[in-house]
Amino acid sequence: MAASLRALRRRIRSTQSTKKIFSAQELIAGARIVRAQARVEASKPYAREITRVLSALASSASLDHPLLTEPENPRRAAVLVITSDRGFAGSYNVNVLRRTEELLSLLRQEGKEPLLYVVGRKGETYYSFRDREMAETFTGFSEQPGYADAQRVGEQLIAAFTAGLDDEDGGAGADGIAGVDELHIVYTEFRSLLSQVPVAKRMAPLEVEEVEEFDYEREERERGAGATEIAPSYEFEPSAEGLLDALLPKYITTRIYAAMLEAAASESASRRRAMKSASDNAEELAKNLSRQANQARQAEITQEISEIVGGADALVSAGSND
Amino acid sequence: MATLQVELVAVERKIWSGEATSVIARTTEGELGVLPGHAPLLGQLAEGGVVTIRTETGEDMVIAAHGGFLSVTEKGVSILAETAEISSEIDVERAREALRRAESEGDDPDAVAAARRAQSRLRAAGASD
Repeated sequence: MAASLRALRRRIRSTQSTKKIFSAQELIAGARIVRAQARVEASKPYAREITRVLSALASSASLDHPLLTEPENPRRAAVLVITSDRGFAGSYNVNVLRRTEELLSLLRQEGKEPLLYVVGRKGETYYSFRDREMAETFTGFSEQPGYADAQRVGEQLIAAFTAGLDDEDGGAGADGIAGVDELHIVYTEFRSLLSQVPVAKRMAPLEVEEVEEFDYEREERERGAGATEIAPSYEFEPSAEGLLDALLPKYITTRIYAAMLEAAASESASRRRAMKSASDNAEELAKNLSRQANQARQAEITQEISEIVGGADALVSAGSND
Repeated sequence: MATLQVELVAVERKIWSGEATSVIARTTEGELGVLPGHAPLLGQLAEGGVVTIRTETGEDMVIAAHGGFLSVTEKGVSILAETAEISSEIDVERAREALRRAESEGDDPDAVAAARRAQSRLRAAGASD
């Protein structure tokens, strides 16, 4: 009996100290969400402007840039998966990876060979554990991605895409590098503190309608002002095509950056939620355990008392016989 | 007097916005000045270039902008840059240091780009020689 009481007390202590870790993690994640959201907000003006510029350009330039045209026979597709570096985030990584699997099997059905580009250590371990080939991995910045990180990822993807332009049926083309014909991205969209949804999007070839997705509110406003104005005819320095060449890779990088920021916010939100329920559970567990411990203690005392009383009774009855 | 609505945005944040009387920038084609009423224009800024915004109060604001675009519409001017720094925020010593380091690294494309960035920072701060 005494042994089980000691065991219970030990479990209570360890539960309480893990609970401390969980609630500290929860507080850290909470602070990070706020910062991540601020970064998402801060990156919006640029996204809006570059979208506007690109729309203006798209209406003036001929749209035969490789990043805009559908290849006739897409063979290989790059899939960029954004996961977290650390665990402790509930179902965050599982959800993203499940969404990725769906996309991969869809691509395979369409007869395209998917190529994985993975951001985050969790995704990397997931695929290396399953012995799946990854074209490239990037780790170490999932919680606080900077634009330089997005640039590094973007450069790789765009290089692969450009290398894919001259590919012939099934094999590498003139440049000897087998590139890709499509770029996809899977990340977790931050809808609110309570809802983060994994989404898969195609980044390239771009559809020009897609370009306008950032710009809803502004357009509404302009329409409200009574002007369905014709896009002004721009002068271009250098030529429209030259500008498109320079702008499109930047646009793709911007989208990768935006996705990374959203994923970072989602990661912190999932982590906070997971840590909140973990610390709630730990508290519940500690409560139950201390109830059990109290019961054990009471039982021990009762037993001792009845032993003493029993002993005294025995002595008394032995004495009265004399 | 007519003014231009100028927005200077870098990828990670909006850096400045306000009214200005003129904007001077260098595109890949050459130096360019924008006054109110300029025709719509899209331009790619030259690498390592410097943008000068003359604000309403007549002050010149010099900005080192890297990897940027200039868009002029009838509403105003927007300058998009991957990174941009206002001259008053530039740490001259650090930029010099960065330039020296980048130059000592030789012909590696990253180092060349870093050197260009450092040069434009120095130029914006008015400390280049």
